[in-house]
Amino acid sequence: MEGQAVKAGFDFLGIYGFFDGLMPESLDWLAFLVAGFILAFAIINALVVSTAVYTWFERRALGKFQSRLGPNRWGPFGLLQPIADVVKFMSKEDTVPDGADRQVFTLAPIVFVATGFLVFALIPLGSNDWLSRLNIGLVFIIAVTSVNTLAIFMAGWSSRNKYAMFGAMRGVAMLISYEVPMALAIAAVALASQSLSTYTVVTNQEVPFMLVMPLAFFIFVAAASAEMSRTPFDLIESESELGSGYHTEYSGMKFALFQLAEFMAPIIVSCIVATLFLSGWRGWGPIPGQVWFILKALVVLCALLWFRATWPRLRVDQIMEFAWKGLFPLSLLNLFAVATEIQLLRDPVTGALTDSDMWAMAAINWAITGIVFLAVSRMFARKQLQRPLPKPSPLANMGAEAE
Amino acid sequence: MAIRTEPVTVNLGPQHPSTHGVFRLRVTFDGEVVLDVEPVFGYLHRGTEKLAEERTYVQVVTLTDRLDYVSAMTNNLAYVRAVEKLAGIEVPERAKYLRVISSELQRIASHLIATGFLLQELGAFATPLMYCFRERERILELFEMLCGARITVSYMRPGGVLQDAPEDFWPALDELVKAMPQYIEELEGLITSNEIVLARTKDVGVLTAEKAINASVTGPMLRATGVQWDLRKADPHEVYDRVEFDVPIGAIGDTYDRYLVRVQEMRQSLRIIEQCVKQIPKGDIRSRTAYFIRPPVGDAYGAVESPKGELGFYLVSDGGIAPYRCKIRSPSFINLTVLRDLLAGWKMADLIIIFGSTDIVLGEVDR
Repeated sequence: MEGQAVKAGFDFLGIYGFFDGLMPESLDWLAFLVAGFILAFAIINALVVSTAVYTWFERRALGKFQSRLGPNRWGPFGLLQPIADVVKFMSKEDTVPDGADRQVFTLAPIVFVATGFLVFALIPLGSNDWLSRLNIGLVFIIAVTSVNTLAIFMAGWSSRNKYAMFGAMRGVAMLISYEVPMALAIAAVALASQSLSTYTVVTNQEVPFMLVMPLAFFIFVAAASAEMSRTPFDLIESESELGSGYHTEYSGMKFALFQLAEFMAPIIVSCIVATLFLSGWRGWGPIPGQVWFILKALVVLCALLWFRATWPRLRVDQIMEFAWKGLFPLSLLNLFAVATEIQLLRDPVTGALTDSDMWAMAAINWAITGIVFLAVSRMFARKQLQRPLPKPSPLANMGAEAE
Repeated sequence: MAIRTEPVTVNLGPQHPSTHGVFRLRVTFDGEVVLDVEPVFGYLHRGTEKLAEERTYVQVVTLTDRLDYVSAMTNNLAYVRAVEKLAGIEVPERAKYLRVISSELQRIASHLIATGFLLQELGAFATPLMYCFRERERILELFEMLCGARITVSYMRPGGVLQDAPEDFWPALDELVKAMPQYIEELEGLITSNEIVLARTKDVGVLTAEKAINASVTGPMLRATGVQWDLRKADPHEVYDRVEFDVPIGAIGDTYDRYLVRVQEMRQSLRIIEQCVKQIPKGDIRSRTAYFIRPPVGDAYGAVESPKGELGFYLVSDGGIAPYRCKIRSPSFINLTVLRDLLAGWKMADLIIIFGSTDIVLGEVDR
């Protein structure tokens, strides 16, 4: 089913085997440790370097969206801009406000960044990724992304700044709310792939789940863009209201860590979407799986960037409404539909789902999604456009010329 | 057990991304809800009125540029109107048309800024703002042709304008007038029926007509409440009585109406410019005046409909070469007086957009 395994990616067993061969039997533990460090190093640097490139890409692309140039001074096409940014951040004074809780203040950016790395470790970039075979991968992802909330609250609370506090309070309310539909959307994926490991989710994903359950895909993308707090859900930072929200008081490298984590978020989200809904590294032809994976993630990344460049922000109560009155019932509906379909369609003996079962599910789910979207837009959208016609107030007194 | 809560007082500004400069709002919040607002002015006070007393009547024109620095043309116009009334100076026909054309261009530019920043404050990450600035740039290029400056134009003089428009101004103006409607269509297509914009601005920050009139609010803010009051029609100055245009009004006076009124006013301004280009005669652009204008003892009030509202200059002359007193009725400042009523009870995010939709410029508020 897996076909030819492509050698690359975070191949822990390969690295371990190499060091194990070099060392005597009694030093197995050392080889294990060294391989582990190399793996951690690779994961962290892969993510940090791709984030650096992504910051450049995002700023250039936003420039194009906004009919301006974007960074173009440092290096060809401004490619060295991330390096210049880092140098600037490192040379800034690292300030801690007077009344701040110093330890929590310092810890917050570290916690914030660490969660990103932890989640990224579980993404199967190729068919021989070892860490992604963790058998509770999906639960792990849900659990670790919730730690974000804590980091934001730590930063906001310890800063002893009212704007930071506003941002943190909003953040806690919003992130906790959006975790529910996100987890329910992931639960539907787990049901359909009959696995909790990100690796098996991909191997069992003969048909991309985006086609099988479009509603779950929509819910996940909406909830995930709230989780990474970008427009239209960027009320944690909401530059025009709070200055910069929970990290108002941060400067220097601590601020750089927050920026890193914030730019990491879209990469991680698009990787998760590519894994859960776009069948990960699966592809056709001689092109290696990693390339397929990166391509799929890039498409999602560009879509997220497009959202960011286009939409205004919602108000805090509207965002909560959208989570609890919109996404939450929809995700329950989706979970119920998927579970029922699986119960009816699966092989009664082995419990396996064939490709044709998947396509049947896709047909039903697309119908459900269409009906739901139509109903929702009928219910909410039309009402918004109804306005009284303007009529001149009787208080108007512009003389005979008034029309 | 009830959890004890207490209101939080936050200083929005003077350093804040959404205060349009250095404005300060001392806001008391109950959670996210605004309980009370206390505006604090004066961070950009430069003493324009006092400075005007020590300059000749022509020199004061440069001071007026710096009042509402995104609509210098209308500031110039309001001031020179007051001086012309005071000293009884006649203005040649061609100059009148040039004045109207440049002030209407300025009105479009100013409304573009208002719309762009409103969207920026709604949280759209700079995209609408940049779109608006792109078009404003074309207007500023026209100003550069007219007088060599883009923002602080000082184009108008008592008795006329600085200089005639160069030959290549007219084709460029034609091109802009032709291209602008499509651009406004594009802007409206992106914003007017956008779900999020509607959800955020509809029924938010409603100002009633009674309250607006009682607070002597003018400009798009007043017209959004449904009051059809526009000095260009109520007290036609220059050549506004010779051109046809409508005064757009809003339905209920919410933030969305203020946006709509501004967009429609841009269309009307284009109409005015089109007609002016057809009607403009050849001739002088400036009547002969003394370099040091010495108006007779007396006073005069000249007002125009600036993009923000009624901008008026009240000048008192003691017969000397400088005004004895120069009082500026700035629409931004007076429109702010309803701020506390408008903001109380709304959420923090609404506060920002309601404040943004009043479209103030701090140079004019503090003077």
